[in-house]
Amino acid sequence: MTQPVSNCPNCGAKIVFKWSSSVQTVCPYCKSILVRTDVDLKKVGQVADLPPDSSPIQLNTEGIYRNKAFVVIGRILYEYDQGGWNEWHITMNDGTSAWLSDAQNEYAISFATNTTGLPAAKQIQVGQQYNWNKQSYTLTVITPAHYRGVEGELPFQYWDKTDVTFADLRSETGKFATLDYSDEDPALYLGEFVEFDDLKLKNLRSFEGW
Amino acid sequence: MSTGAPPLSNPPKPQVKALNCPQCGAAIVLRSLGNAETVVCASCHSILDAKDPNLQILQKFNVITGEVPPMIPLGTRGKIRGTDYEVIGFQRRSITVEGIRYDWHEYVLFNPYKPTRYLTEYQGHWNDISVCKELPTVQFAAVNYLGEIYKHFQTAEANTNYVLGEFPWQVRVGEHATVTDYVKPPRVLSSEKMANEVTWSIGEYMYGADIWKAFNLPGQAPEAVGVYENQPSPVSENVKGIWSAFLAFAILLLVLLAGFDLASSKTTVFDSSYRLNAGEPKGEASFVTDVFNLDGRTSNVQVTTSANVDNSWIYLNYALIDQDSGQAWDFGREVSYYHGYDSDGSWTEGSRKDEVVIPSVPAGHYYLRIEPEVDPRHPPLVYTVQVRRDVTVPGLFGVAFLALLIPAIAITWRSMSFERARWAESDHPPIHIGSSEE
Repeated sequence: MTQPVSNCPNCGAKIVFKWSSSVQTVCPYCKSILVRTDVDLKKVGQVADLPPDSSPIQLNTEGIYRNKAFVVIGRILYEYDQGGWNEWHITMNDGTSAWLSDAQNEYAISFATNTTGLPAAKQIQVGQQYNWNKQSYTLTVITPAHYRGVEGELPFQYWDKTDVTFADLRSETGKFATLDYSDEDPALYLGEFVEFDDLKLKNLRSFEGW
Repeated sequence: MSTGAPPLSNPPKPQVKALNCPQCGAAIVLRSLGNAETVVCASCHSILDAKDPNLQILQKFNVITGEVPPMIPLGTRGKIRGTDYEVIGFQRRSITVEGIRYDWHEYVLFNPYKPTRYLTEYQGHWNDISVCKELPTVQFAAVNYLGEIYKHFQTAEANTNYVLGEFPWQVRVGEHATVTDYVKPPRVLSSEKMANEVTWSIGEYMYGADIWKAFNLPGQAPEAVGVYENQPSPVSENVKGIWSAFLAFAILLLVLLAGFDLASSKTTVFDSSYRLNAGEPKGEASFVTDVFNLDGRTSNVQVTTSANVDNSWIYLNYALIDQDSGQAWDFGREVSYYHGYDSDGSWTEGSRKDEVVIPSVPAGHYYLRIEPEVDPRHPPLVYTVQVRRDVTVPGLFGVAFLALLIPAIAITWRSMSFERARWAESDHPPIHIGSSEE
């Protein structure tokens, strides 16, 4: 791994990693998508202008989840036929990484798992029940989404995507799960819905008149 | 890409955008910033793509004349449960049940930090609605949500008829959804089923006056018509209370009854048997008894008459007379007992014993004047007269018991009427209403 500080191979700007395990970042100046290699940073792509966004969250927004402080260091922006949503990449003060998803101001925090034996994209149907970590989940929606862009630091490479499928699952207790079919092997994220006020967010965007 | 200016400052603050309708040129206001997916031109009723800088036209719809404008104008801000919201969208939806169309209105509420919230209005009944985070579980004709049971009320196809303003989803006129409501007043749990998605939402009943206050609207909220599916009953809260009170008072009455029973002396002051030969002296003669003492406080006197009548009767004219003052209490008693056997089996009527209580008799020296009457052909007959001082009268307690029971039953009845009116509008109407309409 490189030092947390290096230079953008495209524009030479200083790139500081806020999280040592970040694999990818976007140069805040020239919007080059940069991937860490063993020796330096490699430009793999370019972020087009992101569409105007309504999320109150932005990079460097801070908050508290289960008594742990976190900071927003990156995001993936998706679109689907009923709108768009953000997966904000957050790091906790104990070094763990998680996702704060914001879909029309419905917030959920989830963590990556290494669960295997997940259903294939072709098998999933709305209404199916799954059990993970002794918790029962019901599949409520399958979303064919479109990758729209990235910002900041991510724990994996994510830049050459087009269409990706997600399945959202809910429980009777407010737990939340997402099956992510971005890659060949599906990935499972487990978490829960959270209330905006409970996150005690700081460094939010401000909105004219609000 | 040039290196450009470093983005040291945050992106510019989003503002209310002013745009123009590509169809008719009228001004379009976007209030919910980047949240809006669709926005409706108020002049030509084109549904426009709010995400498109050119506001591409997605759908045009015809508006019937006399379309009701929103009661809360778009752009109005108000406080719902402590959070400020702005009304950004309005739609009219309807269901058709047994050939009758029912219309209701939905208001989309926006706050840039909070999830979208909705208000619905049906004939003056309001609901504050938000999307469920926890998944309800369906069990037979009910749903369990956060440990509480909601009863199935209605399943119907909802159609979107009219839209105005902006929506954080792709709204279209003519869109269908299967809407199922489950109620636990004052809350309602609704599922909206579309092709690929089921959305659960939780609503809480609100009174028009509170909406008017929250949004600072002029005038008065329209009066609510009838009983709504999740309207809290004004009396159901009282039903439990009145029955608890009734139970408490009934126990108190029983205790009082027992107390009075213990306190009353129930002394037998006179007890004598007489033989009556019906045929003997023509014209029944009256006679007087020995004098007996009634002691203590002014209290009641019980006179018990027993006679071995058998398919016959005896009638006695009594007078209880105060020896000293001459004051008399006159009363007549009949003892009759009949029995037999018919096609329904054996039967009896009457009793061989009669009791009467004379209230408020002061202490003193008393005697009885008795004048018995029987059928002249009656065989000789023995009857017993017993006088007891200061007995308990359970009848009074019975009256008190009824006085408590009547309001309890009245309130229960009112509550049941309210629930009947509620469920008459559901998929499960009370039986007699359903059959009378057929």
